[in-house]
Amino acid sequence: MKKITLKMWKKIDGIIQRYKEKSGALIPVLEECQDVCGYLPMEVQERISRGLNIPGSTIYGVVTFYSFFTMVPKGRHTIKVCLGTACYVRGGKANLESIQDEFGVETGGTTGDLRFSLDSVRCIGACGMAPAMVVDDDTYAQVSKQNIMKTLNGYK
Amino acid sequence: MGRINRDQLNEIKSRGKGIIDIRLGKTLVDGEKHLMIGGGTACHASRSEPVRDAIKKEIKKRGLSQRCKVIETGNDSFATLAPVMVIYPEGVYYVHLTPDDVDDIVSQHLIDGKLVERLLYKDATDNDKPIPRMMDIPYFSNQTLITLRNLTLIDPENIDDAIYRDAYQGAAKALIDITTEEIINQVKISGIRGRGGAGFPTGMKWQFAAQAEGDIKYVLCNADEGDPGAFMDRSVLEADPHAVLEGMIIAAKAINAHQGYIYCRAEYPLAIKRLTIAIEQARRYGLLGKDILGSGFDFDLEIYQGAGAFVCGEETALMISIEGKRGMPRPRPPFPAQEGLWKKPTVLNNVETLANIPQIILNGGQWYAAIGTERSKGTKVFALAGKVINSGLVEVPMGMPLKNIVYDIGGGIPENKQLKAVQIGGPSGGCIPSDLLDTVTDYEAITGTGAIMGSGGMVVMDEDNCMVDIARFFMEFCQEESCGKCTPCREGTKRMLEIVTKITEGRGEIDDIATLEELADMVKDSSLCGLGQTAPNPVLSTIRHFRDEYEAHIKDKRCPAHVCKALITYIIVEEKCPGCGKCKRVCPVEAITGEKKVVHKIDPEKCIKCGACIASCKFDAIEVV
Repeated sequence: MKKITLKMWKKIDGIIQRYKEKSGALIPVLEECQDVCGYLPMEVQERISRGLNIPGSTIYGVVTFYSFFTMVPKGRHTIKVCLGTACYVRGGKANLESIQDEFGVETGGTTGDLRFSLDSVRCIGACGMAPAMVVDDDTYAQVSKQNIMKTLNGYK
Repeated sequence: MGRINRDQLNEIKSRGKGIIDIRLGKTLVDGEKHLMIGGGTACHASRSEPVRDAIKKEIKKRGLSQRCKVIETGNDSFATLAPVMVIYPEGVYYVHLTPDDVDDIVSQHLIDGKLVERLLYKDATDNDKPIPRMMDIPYFSNQTLITLRNLTLIDPENIDDAIYRDAYQGAAKALIDITTEEIINQVKISGIRGRGGAGFPTGMKWQFAAQAEGDIKYVLCNADEGDPGAFMDRSVLEADPHAVLEGMIIAAKAINAHQGYIYCRAEYPLAIKRLTIAIEQARRYGLLGKDILGSGFDFDLEIYQGAGAFVCGEETALMISIEGKRGMPRPRPPFPAQEGLWKKPTVLNNVETLANIPQIILNGGQWYAAIGTERSKGTKVFALAGKVINSGLVEVPMGMPLKNIVYDIGGGIPENKQLKAVQIGGPSGGCIPSDLLDTVTDYEAITGTGAIMGSGGMVVMDEDNCMVDIARFFMEFCQEESCGKCTPCREGTKRMLEIVTKITEGRGEIDDIATLEELADMVKDSSLCGLGQTAPNPVLSTIRHFRDEYEAHIKDKRCPAHVCKALITYIIVEEKCPGCGKCKRVCPVEAITGEKKVVHKIDPEKCIKCGACIASCKFDAIEVV
């Protein structure tokens, strides 16, 4: 899990200070704090709760309502490994495992350096290219243990 | 220049007359050229920025900067052709540009005065005949541009460009020349109705808010465009943000509000950037803030970024979201005109509605009311997409038959396929079948078919689209976006989705259609807000017009369009298969067997219906039944 650094806390306090007197400030505050930290863990929500004098339950309610907010950190790049039937039988699962091993990240998680978030998806409709993988907006065909790291090395 | 008064506004406008005349093709000044390069989100995604930079550099290098100006517009209306450029005064339209094309454009077009034939638009409906001038292309010549009038004509990041094209003239008239009653009266005469989907008369909405008691009132702009595939509002904001700001100033004057908000989804960074620039520039000119144009009227506004919730397009949810809470709708009454944001009287209008207002005030309500049908006035912008040759934004007068939009503007259906239906109104709308294609774009006429005008999504479907599958797609969308506050929407959409899914998976039972209809009526009648009240429309309209497809899925366990995977089988046509072995090699699950040069076979037990074999077969020997 990514630590909230002292510098980040300072920025968070600055944001809270700026919005303190403004009604309806919660969502912009959350948006800006997420910009600073990359996500909104409980400790950040608690700080905002005290700063804006809004119950933590209300803040948690808002964070979980809007799809823009996340309570787990997201990486700079998103890897989606297709585990549709075609990709599965062609080695999609092995590819997923090799990414997990190489970067020490679980499916649904993010690497410690925030470089990658890893997800598996149901069929992306590229069965003819199986096994397929999508990194950000780019789709890769016939991914294998041999070429997968070379591909991912292109994403810093 | 700092704060300006009305005379100075007119002065800026008259200074720009020559510039606009060139772009309208009216005057020729010593070979002066304006290269208007499209720069909306779709253009940027198609890498228009390197083209823009390359052409600027080349023009500078060749010493043409004096007579050739490169201007980035917000135009991405004909999205499939991006990046595009229009060169004025001749109005020549170049498409699919790359930085490598820049040299030809500069040396051939700008220096030698010759067309670069290979970069011209080619009309796919007329043997790929090149059409040099933008306004001769049927896609454009059949449109009527009011909302999108500045699409290719101005730099959205330069307020002077907008002023050259009459920006803030309507506001000046509203603030200085006419009374608030007259503003509302003109909007009423224009007959304009809310372009966000529901179609409520804008003039009436304003009148209610004007009559409401209270010193503090608000004007809100709904830019939370959430229908999948719709991008009308994004384009307006990216191409002509001042039209929206001006519309809000006029609305504010009409109801006597002094503060406004634009609720824009965070997924539209370019729109937010251009709005921010527009607001800063308007403030510098004193077109926002205290004493606008010396009229004594104060109004300012802020952008509020939505955080990703479809339901926040609903008016009460949007206001509750601005208040910093979970964006869940509340019952009406009280209506926002009485009790809206922070419990104060509030007017909420959609981007497209507001963008029309300055023109209505400037030219008078009668002028607008002359366009359209008896009850639907003016123009409507649609995002035309799906199985149609030309897809993109189209603005047409109300009353145009759907047929004309699909064929004259859209160019018809690709690959000579049969049109099956036109889906209008996104997840709240419905499918209009091909035999009702004479239906005109009119709120009541479209509602009569079981669809709704909606915000402007228009998806063309052909024989390869399964209507049950389409209904399932939209149902899934509504179910995921249901906020969960009221039971009919939360539970009803879920149950409906389960039944439709079951039908597409071949597990449908004969009573399912009746159950769906019963559930749909309940969800429609008893849901709290527009999301739930319209969510059953895609299912209801497809049952109404394509009941036979539902029955085929349920009774015959057959998907007539060959879409629903559980109901189709892949077979190899023996007469056509030479046994080349290609399909066998690409099959990801080894379902295909057969010796070389002998007819192959597909094992239906193993086949996952991925289609890889069809794509690989050169002999059309694989069919779906």
